[in-house]
Amino acid sequence: MIELSQIKKAFNQGQSNEYWALNGIDLTLEAGKVTAFRGPSGSGKTTLLTLVGCLSRPTSGRVRFKGEDISGLPERFLTEIRRQSFGFIFQQFNLIKGLTAIENVILPGFPTGRPRAELIAAAEQIFEQLKLSHRRTAKVEWLSGGEQQRVAIARALINNPEVIIADEPTANLDTALSREFMAILEGFTAAGKTVLLTSHDPLVVESDAVHRVIGMRDGCLVDA
Amino acid sequence: MNVWLEKQRHLIDFTLASLARRKTKNLGLLLAYAVLVFVLASLMLFTQALRSEATFVLAGSPEVILQRMVAGRHDLIPPGYIEKIGRIRGVQKQEGRLWGYYYDPVVNANYTFMARPANEVASGSIMVGATLARARGLAAGNVISFRSYSGKLFAFKVSAVLSPDSELLSADLVLLSEADFRAFFEYPAGYFTDIALSVANPQEVRKVAEKLSASLPDSRPILREEVLRTYQSVFDWREGIMLTVLAGAILAFAILSWEKASGLSAEEKREIGILKAIGWETSDVIRMKMWEGMLISLTAFLLGFIAAYVHVFYFGAAVFEPVLKGWAVLYPRFALVPTVDGLQVATLFFFTVFPYTAAVLVPIWRAAITDPDSVMRA
Repeated sequence: MIELSQIKKAFNQGQSNEYWALNGIDLTLEAGKVTAFRGPSGSGKTTLLTLVGCLSRPTSGRVRFKGEDISGLPERFLTEIRRQSFGFIFQQFNLIKGLTAIENVILPGFPTGRPRAELIAAAEQIFEQLKLSHRRTAKVEWLSGGEQQRVAIARALINNPEVIIADEPTANLDTALSREFMAILEGFTAAGKTVLLTSHDPLVVESDAVHRVIGMRDGCLVDA
Repeated sequence: MNVWLEKQRHLIDFTLASLARRKTKNLGLLLAYAVLVFVLASLMLFTQALRSEATFVLAGSPEVILQRMVAGRHDLIPPGYIEKIGRIRGVQKQEGRLWGYYYDPVVNANYTFMARPANEVASGSIMVGATLARARGLAAGNVISFRSYSGKLFAFKVSAVLSPDSELLSADLVLLSEADFRAFFEYPAGYFTDIALSVANPQEVRKVAEKLSASLPDSRPILREEVLRTYQSVFDWREGIMLTVLAGAILAFAILSWEKASGLSAEEKREIGILKAIGWETSDVIRMKMWEGMLISLTAFLLGFIAAYVHVFYFGAAVFEPVLKGWAVLYPRFALVPTVDGLQVATLFFFTVFPYTAAVLVPIWRAAITDPDSVMRA
């Protein structure tokens, strides 16, 4: 589903503080599976996910999504692919304060032009699945960490993407909430979604819900 | 089309929610902006109304007034002049006028004395303007005496107080009979202060003035359009003075609005990053912020303009009145007729709404083009 060939990514290229986050990655990721990237801070896990999720472009190399080379597409097309095919769960959740849970969830649907009623109905259905219906009109800053994460998950699902990208999803959760997250993850696989995540957490990378663990260090793949 | 409309609806919904989330900042901005529009619109509406008032008032005045000059100073019209004018083609009617100023030490004010035909004002009686009547506590039937410039005391009975409707014109006016006027100011018979001429065809006014200058070289024709232009210049000048005085405050308001509008907080930048990461395009973010700018600027413009309209036409522009109306001891009371000049409103709209929108857009554009992956690294 996703193929990476000779991917390199540099930051501040040509300047004194030039830094190569990825140094020639070759990788194929299967559809419908949960893949976890494991490695120390600065190993290039998050950078790799941003490239796969069309949030940025590689300095060199090719990214193919469902057979199509997306590495050289202009921003507009990348945004469209990102909106339709990828859902993101960020480490800090990145919810918009002052808005209610349901208002946060429907935000990715705005650029699609879907009617508001349809978006609300879809959001309520997801809330029900995530057992969060009772908190849908609460402002996100009033929610607990676990509830905030479930709002972030609901937001990632609103456009019904094929791929879910989660960056350190359990970093801010206790053990019980982390287990809850893993249960939700199994639900994604059952729904046929592809999940890519980064994690240090043994509870995540050693879980049965994860089909493949890829180790990373210094911008290169290493044995997990 | 429906998708496009739905997108705009979503953007406006989000914009309104955003505005509500930053109530203090946005209300402060709205207030500063509305005050700026209020000040500028008040000045504009008030001077425009005064100009219209002057035009309206002067519409009834004669097309040409002829004054005789001696050594560059206004002098009396001697006998025979009116007859000479009668021979100039185009002049429909000519009338010798008698008027003069009188200083009343009781209220430290100048009155305008004007002679009217005996059928309008009987000898020994006067009609006075409403402002003057208020200043001296006069009513119909009262008697008032004035000491003439020669030292003689004249007593007049007030036959009527002129209608307050004409107060702008008649504030300081004293109407008396021709005989009383001549006696009071010791005007010799046959002499007049000036001559009012009616010219039927407006195209001929300048030609008539040329002919008057040629046939009566010691006289000066004053055209109605020149008087009107002078009034307009006076109001323009006053508006300019007011703007200069207020320039500092206006500039301060403008800088405040600009700063508030253009300064993007870290929270706002973070939100733009999130929106981009979850699938909003750069153009969606810019459009959303444009709606925000337009909502604030349009609301402020409407609030400021409506407040200015009420201030000028319902409260007589109490804030700027003393400077713009001019100063007088006998201050006429008059209500301004509401007039709004479309071009002026459009100019004010352009110079207030457009810079604001530009101020909003530049920083938003800068924030909106940043890479969406910054959110992952936060």
